[in-house]
Amino acid sequence: MTERVIEIRGLRKSYGDVEAVRGIDLHVDRGEVFALLGPNGAGKTTATEILEGYRSRTAGEVFVLGHDPAKRSTELKRRVGIVLQSTGVDPFLTVRETVELYAGYYPDPRDVDDVIDLVGLGEKRRSRVNKLSGGQHRRLDVAIALAGDPELLFLDEPTTGFDPSARRNAWEIVRNLAGIGKTVWLTTHFMDEAQYLAGRVAVITKGEIVAEGPPDSLAGRDRMQARIRFRVGADAPEPPSMGQRLGPDGVFEIDADDPARPLHELTGWSLEHGVSLDGLRVDRPTLEDVYLELTGGEEGTE
Amino acid sequence: MSAAAQLVRQIRSTNLVFWRNPASAFFTFVFPLMFLVIFTTLFGNAETEIPGIEGTISTSTFYVASMATFAVISACYTNIGISIVFSREAGILKRTRGTPLPAWIYLSGRVAHATFVAFLLVVITVAFGALVYEAEIPTGATLFRFVVTMLVGAASFSALALALTAAIPNGDAAPPIVNASILPLLFLSDVFIPLGPDPAAWVDVVGKVFPVRHFTLSMQAAFLGTPFEWTDVLIVAAWGVGGLVLAARFFTWEPRR
Repeated sequence: MTERVIEIRGLRKSYGDVEAVRGIDLHVDRGEVFALLGPNGAGKTTATEILEGYRSRTAGEVFVLGHDPAKRSTELKRRVGIVLQSTGVDPFLTVRETVELYAGYYPDPRDVDDVIDLVGLGEKRRSRVNKLSGGQHRRLDVAIALAGDPELLFLDEPTTGFDPSARRNAWEIVRNLAGIGKTVWLTTHFMDEAQYLAGRVAVITKGEIVAEGPPDSLAGRDRMQARIRFRVGADAPEPPSMGQRLGPDGVFEIDADDPARPLHELTGWSLEHGVSLDGLRVDRPTLEDVYLELTGGEEGTE
Repeated sequence: MSAAAQLVRQIRSTNLVFWRNPASAFFTFVFPLMFLVIFTTLFGNAETEIPGIEGTISTSTFYVASMATFAVISACYTNIGISIVFSREAGILKRTRGTPLPAWIYLSGRVAHATFVAFLLVVITVAFGALVYEAEIPTGATLFRFVVTMLVGAASFSALALALTAAIPNGDAAPPIVNASILPLLFLSDVFIPLGPDPAAWVDVVGKVFPVRHFTLSMQAAFLGTPFEWTDVLIVAAWGVGGLVLAARFFTWEPRR
C-alpha cells in the first residue's frame, strides 16, 4: 500500500508575463527518493518553493502530506524538513547550539547529537558556525532540516559548490535518510547525483516535465542501441564492414541493438590480424546523453 | 512547548548571539555614554532654559534624560532595523519561516531582547549620570511613569523599525537608511540639542508630528521635573501601532538580493 506524500496536478506559476512552471503533474510516494533534474532556470526551485509553502501558485493543485502548502499550516511544517538553496544561520552560535535551537521548534525532535553525527559534523559540534567550511555549512543545513525528525525532506541543490569528496559524503547522508524511511524531494543539475540517489527522476526544462522514470530507464534509455567505440593504429588494415562510422577523431563507432555479435566479430578480427583495439568501449546512452537530448543542451535564463 | 516558553527560549538565543559578538555589544553600550560625555563636555557647564519649569537647569542633567531617550531608540529602532535586515539577507528569517515556530514569537523574541538591552543601557546611562553629573534618579510615581514611557517607547520604536525593514532593499543599505531616518529627528526633537523655549516654527511642527520629541519630553519629565503628559506617551504608542500595521502588511522574510 503506497501513500502519496506529494501530489501535484496541473501546477502553474507565472511571474508577470513569464511562466516559470507550465502545468506539471508529479507525485512522490512515501519512502521514495525523487529527483527533479533540470538546467538552471528550468523551474526547479520555483516548483520546490511552492511545495515548501514559500511561494504561491498561479494554478493547479498541490498536496504535501495531505495539506495545501500555501496555507503554511504549523501541522505541516512540523512534519517537513527544508534545505534551501542558500540560507544562513547565526554565525556566532556553535554547531550544537544551532541544531538544538531548531530542534526545539518541533514537538518530537531527534537527539541533537545523533543528528550531528549523522551528517558527519561530530568533531565540529563545539565549533562556531562561522568557522565551518562551505561543505560543512551545507551539512549543518541538512542537520537543521533533520532536527525535527521530518517525514519528508526537501533538498534544493544540496551539493552545488561541493568538492568531489564532500559530494560523496553528502550522498551517503541522503542514502542513509532513504534507509531510515524518509521521503526525499531532491533537485539537482548533476546527472550522477540523480543517478546515484534517486529511485525516480523527472526532467524539467522551461517549466515543463519532459521525461519521468527510474534513472536507468529514463526516456527509454535502457532500450536504446548500444554504441561500440574503438580506434586502431594508422598502419592497421581496414576493419571488416559492420556498419561502422569513422569519426573525425579517428574513432570508429558501431550502433547495435545487441552488441554481442559485432563485438565477437571485432575481437576475432583483432586477434587474427594482431591489431589492438585502442580505447574499446561499449555504452548505452548515459543519463547525461538522454538529459542533454531532452533539454536541448540549453541552459535556461534566470 | 507553550508560547511563553518558546518566547523565553527565543530571547535567550538572541541574547546568546548578541554577546557572542563582543565588538557589536560593546559599542552598543558605549555609544550613548560616549555621547553623554561629549555633549556635556561641549555644553556641560551651561544652564539651559526648559519650557515648563521656572528658571534654568544644568545642561548635564538635560543630557542624562536625552541619552536615556537615545539609548532606547538606538537599541530598539537602530539595532532592530539593521539586524533584522542582516538576518533577512543572510536567509535566517527564511529558514525560520520554514519551521513550525510562529512568526510572531520569533519577532517578539528579537523585540523583547532589544527592550532588555535598552533597559540595561538606560540603567547604565542614568547610573553614570547620577555618579558623574549628579543627575537625580526618579522614584515613586515618577519612576513608574518613566518605566511605562520606556516600555511604550521600546515597543513602538521596535515596531517602526520592523516596518522600515520592508523599505530596505539589501544589507548594505540598512545602516544608511536606518540612520538617515532617525538622526535628523534626534537633532530636531530636543534630544541632542536643547530646543529652548522658542524653537523655529517648522522645527516645532516636526517635533509635534513625529514621535521622538514626545518620547523625550516624557523621559525629561522623569529627570528634570518638567510636567508629564500622558498625551505624549499615547502619541508614541500611536506611532507604534501604525508601525505594527505597516509591518504586518509589508514585512518580508526572504532575501531581496
